[in-house]
Amino acid sequence: MADMKELIRLMKALEDQLIVCMRCGLCQAVCPLYAQTGREADVARGKLALLDGLLQEMFDDPGGVNERLNRCLLCGSCAANCPSGVKVLEIFLKARAILTGYMRLSPLKKLILRGMLARPERLDRLASWAAKMQKLGVRPVNETIGTSCARLMSSLPENIIAHRHFKPLADEPFHKRMPALNSAPVNGSPKVAFYVGCLIDKIYPHIAQATIDVLHYHGVGVYMPEGQGCCGIPALSSGDTATFAKLLRHNVRKLESEKTDYLVTACATCTSVIKEMWPVMAADQDDAFQARVQALSDKTLDINQFLVSKIGLKKDAQNPETAPTTVTYHDPCHLKKTMGVFAEPRAVIKAATGYKLVEMDEADACCGMGGSFNLQYYDLSSDIGKVKCANILATGCSVLATGCPACMMQISDALSQAGADIAVKHPIELYAEMVSCVTCQKPLHYDGNRCGHSSQQ
Amino acid sequence: MISKALIDEFEKIAGSENIFTDKTDRVAYSYDAAVLDAVMPALVVRPVHNEALGQIVRLCNDNRLPLTVRGSGTNLSGGTVPSAEGIVVVTNALQKILEINTADMLVVVQPGVVTAKLAAAVEAKGLFYPPDPGSQAVSTIGGNVAENAGGLRGLKYGVTRDYVMGIEFFDVNGELVKTGSRTVKCATGYNLTGLMVGSEGTLGVFSEITLKLIPKPVHYKAMMAVFDKMDDASQAVAAIIAAHIVPATLEIMDNFTIRAVEDFSKAGLPTDAAALLLIETDGHPAQTEEDAAKVESICRQNRATSIHVAQDAAERDKVWLARRNALAALAKLKPTLVLEDATVPRSRIPEMVREIQAIGSQYDLPIGIFGHAGDGNLHPTILTDKRNKKEWERVEAAIEAIFDKALAMGGTLSGEHGTGIAKARFLEKETTPATIVYSKRVKKALDPHNILNPGKIIG
Repeated sequence: MADMKELIRLMKALEDQLIVCMRCGLCQAVCPLYAQTGREADVARGKLALLDGLLQEMFDDPGGVNERLNRCLLCGSCAANCPSGVKVLEIFLKARAILTGYMRLSPLKKLILRGMLARPERLDRLASWAAKMQKLGVRPVNETIGTSCARLMSSLPENIIAHRHFKPLADEPFHKRMPALNSAPVNGSPKVAFYVGCLIDKIYPHIAQATIDVLHYHGVGVYMPEGQGCCGIPALSSGDTATFAKLLRHNVRKLESEKTDYLVTACATCTSVIKEMWPVMAADQDDAFQARVQALSDKTLDINQFLVSKIGLKKDAQNPETAPTTVTYHDPCHLKKTMGVFAEPRAVIKAATGYKLVEMDEADACCGMGGSFNLQYYDLSSDIGKVKCANILATGCSVLATGCPACMMQISDALSQAGADIAVKHPIELYAEMVSCVTCQKPLHYDGNRCGHSSQQ
Repeated sequence: MISKALIDEFEKIAGSENIFTDKTDRVAYSYDAAVLDAVMPALVVRPVHNEALGQIVRLCNDNRLPLTVRGSGTNLSGGTVPSAEGIVVVTNALQKILEINTADMLVVVQPGVVTAKLAAAVEAKGLFYPPDPGSQAVSTIGGNVAENAGGLRGLKYGVTRDYVMGIEFFDVNGELVKTGSRTVKCATGYNLTGLMVGSEGTLGVFSEITLKLIPKPVHYKAMMAVFDKMDDASQAVAAIIAAHIVPATLEIMDNFTIRAVEDFSKAGLPTDAAALLLIETDGHPAQTEEDAAKVESICRQNRATSIHVAQDAAERDKVWLARRNALAALAKLKPTLVLEDATVPRSRIPEMVREIQAIGSQYDLPIGIFGHAGDGNLHPTILTDKRNKKEWERVEAAIEAIFDKALAMGGTLSGEHGTGIAKARFLEKETTPATIVYSKRVKKALDPHNILNPGKIIG
């Protein structure tokens, strides 16, 4: 273990950002974790005070601080509500990197992050192997939601599966169905780079398909390079900046290899990471590379945001007030709190034929997923999920829509555990239902009965 | 160092999951919102029922352990900064609203209930709990009562003190003491309720609080008046009060604050204005409109250059958004923000504003002035960087100068933030040596071993 002096020297880099917190404590009003535990070390003010305490040599327990930093959903509710504008997520991710560098990455995390995540082809191979094997260990539990649970608790790693009702890996990940795409725009429409994201690729491939269908329907050219890597958030949140830097270089090279007007994703988390974290965490790279990262980040948009602000939604004759299917929308933290995107997904849902939007209470309260938080602290995570679940059930809806595949997984688990008959969908899936094939005009299906035209324009 | 055996006893009372012994967890209870040095407690306990609370107080007294009660730790005078080797008792698990009685218009709560949640719960039943301190989204009722917290509505509706009907608290021996009653009138015994309000955890530990509620006003009228001269604005405040009109809120903002808010929120505020008054009347529709009209004409008589009267709820929200953004906007300008709350009799507002401005230039410090002009409670807000030692010395001198001016006008060191640690050494200036001696005798009688939040109020 390196000495404390060295750690404090590294942490000095955070001092100017840490001092901005005036300890007003208003983050206590919005932190989903604090609402469960009431512990000061769980809320942003407490964590910032711990980092400050280390820096001021008030105490010396970097391991303990790192542990508490990891008890965080990284939802950004605190930052969105902070009067002083403390850059909480940036501080936490940088601090995790410093403390992890000091404490060293655990062997398990090293295996997962550096052995798999950092190598996109290897991750893809492992995932397709796991997709085949999972059938042996799990059984379907809720048909509407499409969740499964463990057949035999003892045969699977307790922490990963536990009592979860999880969305299994798709039989065929999206990159198998469509490894790459480069379609030309029609009638002066823009051309976008489409970043798929791991969860959509491996668990929700039909969201990627629906996104491409909708983009093509609107005449948008789509560039989807082969072999995309993870956006890097699992590495960042584990403090593994080496893996993050590797993924960043890989993705930037891929995504800028064709001239496009925008970079679009259908994953709230990926969008926010590319938009907010890529430039910040690339700050130690050379200037030329930083400029490339910034250029990509500047043109990145969430799919809903792109459709509403750059294209214009298809107008439907039907009055949404009399639509037969009620849908409620959950605001992913990374869309609303990080990027201020909340009106656009609602506009997309309202534009979709047959759907009536009903708002739930606290639509923008975190669902409790928090990426690896859910793996490390499943009980806390699912307690937060139960609050969300109750608000969804109270609307009497038959569809829950949200713009983030990670939220979809968490909410699927909570709804499935509650025995709910509510489908969990991405807004783009609802919108895509009224979009027909640009070639043969037939409706598009996502269950294998497709016309076969829409993958290429 | 607290012994293992003693920790075991706390654990027996509160449960092992509600005890924090780890240094890292304890650091998270070493501060509040005041700009003061952090002090790490020896142990943190978070009781989940009132019985445990009483037992904890007793155990602390038996073992001479300093005890600091903490709600949400939003205190601005250091009242929740613990003693070294002391115990922090966190009340945020005692968060039940025990009764909302619409017939008697009262509410009974545990101390850890969050102010805004209480306000929303009673409002859902058509009732109104007016005290609205700036931290109400997180502050607890227990903390509000212990600090006698105020807010924007002090002028017409008073402060926390005016709504406390009764308190049940544990004395230093852990015995339950009952004060006040559920009746509007109560003339029995000492007014122990009055003694406990604002006692900052130095005389007892609250377990249950009964609060008075009032009917919700049915009509509002909000307006924003713009002034070319700060003097004109503060004269208008004095004139409104002198005309015996009592708006629900009467807030002032100086040019420095206006520019900060406008930079922050782009709300379209007049950045060249010297001052803004944000005023709201409420109550019966006829009275509300009449008061608003009078206020408007008084503002014009005092040379308001323009007056914008909110025509609907959305416009009303816009008026108040500017005020709500004031602290956040100022906070973004410098790393450290010192929010003072020295208060003067209302008629002295024009003079006090001038004095604060003079102090700002004398000590070469940016001071934003905003606050509850209508009740004399200004918030001179000093922007600085506490790491700059030379500047920090000037900040401390400026604070003392503000105190002196306020006291010279017959004012007080604190309108709503409390004495805590920050103002304890100045209290004698506001009172008399005998007052401090008397207070210390009360404290000594009720807490002979000085374990209840030692060092606060009377030093």
